[in-house]
Amino acid sequence: MLASTASRWLHTARLGIGEHYRIIQSNPLSRIGFRLIVVFLVIAAFAPWIAPHDPWEMVYDKDGQFASLRPPSWEFPLGTTHLGYDLFSQLVLAARTTLVIGAVSGIISILIGANIGLIAGYYGGKVDEVLMRLTDILYGMPFLPFIIVLIALFGRKLEFVILAIVLIIWRTSARVIRAQTISIKQRQFILAAKARGASDLRIIYRHILPNVLPLLLLYAAFNIAWSIITEASASFLGFGDGETISWGGMLYELWLSGKTRVAWWWFAAPSICIVLLVTSLVFVSRAYEEVANPRLRKR
Amino acid sequence: MTKVTTADEFVLQVRGLGVRYQTSQGTVHAVSDVSFEVRKNEVFGIAGESGCGKSTLIRALLRLLPDNADSAAELALYRDQDLYGLSDADFRQNILWQEISLVPQSAMNSLNPVYRVGDQVVEAIRTHRRVSKAEARGRVAELFDVVGLQADLMQSFPHEFSGGMRQRAMIAMSLALDPGLIIMDEPTTGLDVLVQERILRRIREIRSEISSSIILITHDIAVIAEMSDRIAIMYGGQFMEQANAIDLFENPYHPYTLGLKNAFPSIRELGSELISIPGSPPTLVGPVTNCPFQPRCPFHLDRCASENPLPINFGEDHQVRCFRSEDANQLRHLAAEKSTWRSLN
Amino acid sequence: MALIELNQLTRHFEIRPGLVDRTVRGKPSRLIKAVESLNIAVGENEILGIAGESGCGKSTTCMMIAGLLPPTRGQIIYRGSDLATADAAVRKEHRRNVQMIFQDPYESLNPRFRVADIVAEGPRALRLWDQKEIGDRVESMLAGVGLNPGKYTERFPHELSGGERQRVGIASALVMQPVMIIADEPLSMLDVSIRAGILDLFRELQDQRGFSSVYVSHDLAILGNVADRLMVMYLGQAMEVGPVEQVIRSPKHPYTRALIGAVAVPDPRVKRPVPKISGDISRPIDPPPGCRFAPRCPYADDSCHDTFLELDTSDPTRHQAACHRLHVLPDEGL
Repeated sequence: MLASTASRWLHTARLGIGEHYRIIQSNPLSRIGFRLIVVFLVIAAFAPWIAPHDPWEMVYDKDGQFASLRPPSWEFPLGTTHLGYDLFSQLVLAARTTLVIGAVSGIISILIGANIGLIAGYYGGKVDEVLMRLTDILYGMPFLPFIIVLIALFGRKLEFVILAIVLIIWRTSARVIRAQTISIKQRQFILAAKARGASDLRIIYRHILPNVLPLLLLYAAFNIAWSIITEASASFLGFGDGETISWGGMLYELWLSGKTRVAWWWFAAPSICIVLLVTSLVFVSRAYEEVANPRLRKR
Repeated sequence: MTKVTTADEFVLQVRGLGVRYQTSQGTVHAVSDVSFEVRKNEVFGIAGESGCGKSTLIRALLRLLPDNADSAAELALYRDQDLYGLSDADFRQNILWQEISLVPQSAMNSLNPVYRVGDQVVEAIRTHRRVSKAEARGRVAELFDVVGLQADLMQSFPHEFSGGMRQRAMIAMSLALDPGLIIMDEPTTGLDVLVQERILRRIREIRSEISSSIILITHDIAVIAEMSDRIAIMYGGQFMEQANAIDLFENPYHPYTLGLKNAFPSIRELGSELISIPGSPPTLVGPVTNCPFQPRCPFHLDRCASENPLPINFGEDHQVRCFRSEDANQLRHLAAEKSTWRSLN
Repeated sequence: MALIELNQLTRHFEIRPGLVDRTVRGKPSRLIKAVESLNIAVGENEILGIAGESGCGKSTTCMMIAGLLPPTRGQIIYRGSDLATADAAVRKEHRRNVQMIFQDPYESLNPRFRVADIVAEGPRALRLWDQKEIGDRVESMLAGVGLNPGKYTERFPHELSGGERQRVGIASALVMQPVMIIADEPLSMLDVSIRAGILDLFRELQDQRGFSSVYVSHDLAILGNVADRLMVMYLGQAMEVGPVEQVIRSPKHPYTRALIGAVAVPDPRVKRPVPKISGDISRPIDPPPGCRFAPRCPYADDSCHDTFLELDTSDPTRHQAACHRLHVLPDEGL
């Protein structure tokens, strides 16, 4: 029984991939966005092999001179910091942290948000009331004081940064998925599924979920983008993990060094990466938005 | 035509009207080579199933087609005005509502929910006629009375109306400027039996009081039989058969008409067997090179697949597009047998 | 023993006014009495037609018989046991054995399911057979409703025509091998030329498999064609019941007479009489006791406004009307 259910899911998923590919390819912006994301993923995956130096290695140029605050050159493609760290190496390795944080917190938050939204929307009544009041409370919670308290209590650890981001961003996806669930559960095919004997859980996960999937993927992309931005701001303000390097953390180092006005290259590289990655995610999510909301579709 | 008719007997004359849509699948010939006349003070019924082109046809006449459609006709005369010769502005100013009005299919969506129903009719009058508000109101009260709505309902909002009342309000609006021709697109579809009965009766009463002609469009064979003086049966964008109502029901020629008649249940003939027409309507993509009904027709000849029959006249007022119309007597008998239609698959 | 018996079946819905209206203005909540004290039995192999206009309670009745909506009062007796108090095994059997076919073939199929999965959903949800057998049965069922399995199993609903969709809907109900089919206006969204085919299919399958049916429609001509017995409802009350030909050919109740007289006839020579009723249909919100048709009935007297005459269903073959005033009605046939 279990095996056959699994094989059926696999079957559906395989067919699903084709459909997603079609959605992404349907629109030039999302095509570009998708390619950029793939590039970032490849860079993150092979970061240790791509980066010529250790991120915290003081580098010397070929003349044996200590390379402090060098602008981009053939030797140091993105320049160096005042302590002589190679920015290209930092950027490549930071891509890994940033993508991991984005993916992990984006995915965990969408999982929480989707489940809470589906359950609240489907059951309604008291269940809905309790779950939605919970999200309302989270809506009232400002991000920065929240992460400050969390870091103060547990220290500057990657896990807590992710935890803080997740706790803050699942709420929007929960609300949106709930609204969509409420509208889908009133459709006749849900009644038909009930009449055929499907249980509540079966209706939620087998009948409603595939219908909220485009919306869910849209919000997954949003959540990832938001996690990346949030992590960058947290790191920039000094609440990131001190042990690992991220794009936001690089900007924080720049700020600490006091060289903001001189080292434009130091500022440029991580900022452009953040903007590119977030924009790519938004472009891809635009394609899903057209599926989730057919009115946006061009005729 | 054998009968001598003068042009002023006709309210509307259409010859060779066609509508094409450009879609991603190709060119859809939604309406092709449709010719008909609407005479003074008559109800001309157009019956057909979904996708047969009946709504496209009236949209073409009223210039309500979407951008990806274009329409042309050899002749389209309203009284003595060439409908295709007018500019859009001219058409909207002088023809639409003034001369040809529309009772749309969904009255719910046609009334603005935030304005009072009476005010919406007043507005419709005052955009075309220079009359005072009070005069217009008086006219609306009159119209409400004609369609059987109490005058105090003018103050209500659309959501306070039932489906039948909304439909009556739309009929009142269509009558507002004394048009020569009223087009009613499925005016009672979706309404309950008793409400439908009452609206149809009201339309008949109105007709005997005013001098407008009516084009009635519906998929409901019973409604069209009860309401129309003349009827056209539409399929695949063409008029398959048109005749006066009694002749069409008593001496149908076209296999599609025969099929429709047998498929439609009558409360007066309980035990009678209903016979469906196997298959589904054509998609109408690409040029019309065959009889659109040929794939579903149990009587089709070889030439039906390669040639589209032209209308043939039978008697004074009966036209049929079918190569086998000479055999009609025999076909009528065969069409009443279920096995005839079954054998097709 | 009847397959399904409805005993004083009643369903009310509460409309609660908004918070402000309720607390500040003290508005009471109102009751929509959608179905009121319905008594009827459906035997094995029988097709009971239910006719009525919108708001007559026919869909609510369907939902209750299918077990999708609990009654406010009264009982649904399935093969001798009251569903409200029956044990889980009986309820599961009822869930499987009483299946629904829905009105809107465009809405009642999950747009993200393939045809095979739609039809297999019931057996899978209730774990009736193993996957292989479910697959086989789905294929033979699709063939049984005239859809070639090789061609249709992998399709999505949007790739089907209205008639094909309705066939899928019928297959997904019948694959469960039910003993009763509740059909809520299954033809009203379909084109005329296709309707007869679906109706044929329905009757053919009924002959083969011998299920009973509650067939709901506003179209009396179709009901006259498909049903064995007919019940006419108005604002939640049963007005008349009897063998279908008798009800349609010689209706007793003033409402049934008006309703049948109002049905358009596909014959331009027929002139129908003007129905003898006044006013518009309302909604059954806080209705007074008595017959709900009385305010529109030209023959009503005080007794009609005070008490409602319930049908006596002890003899299922009897043609009877819930009317105090039958003796004063003029004798008129159609």
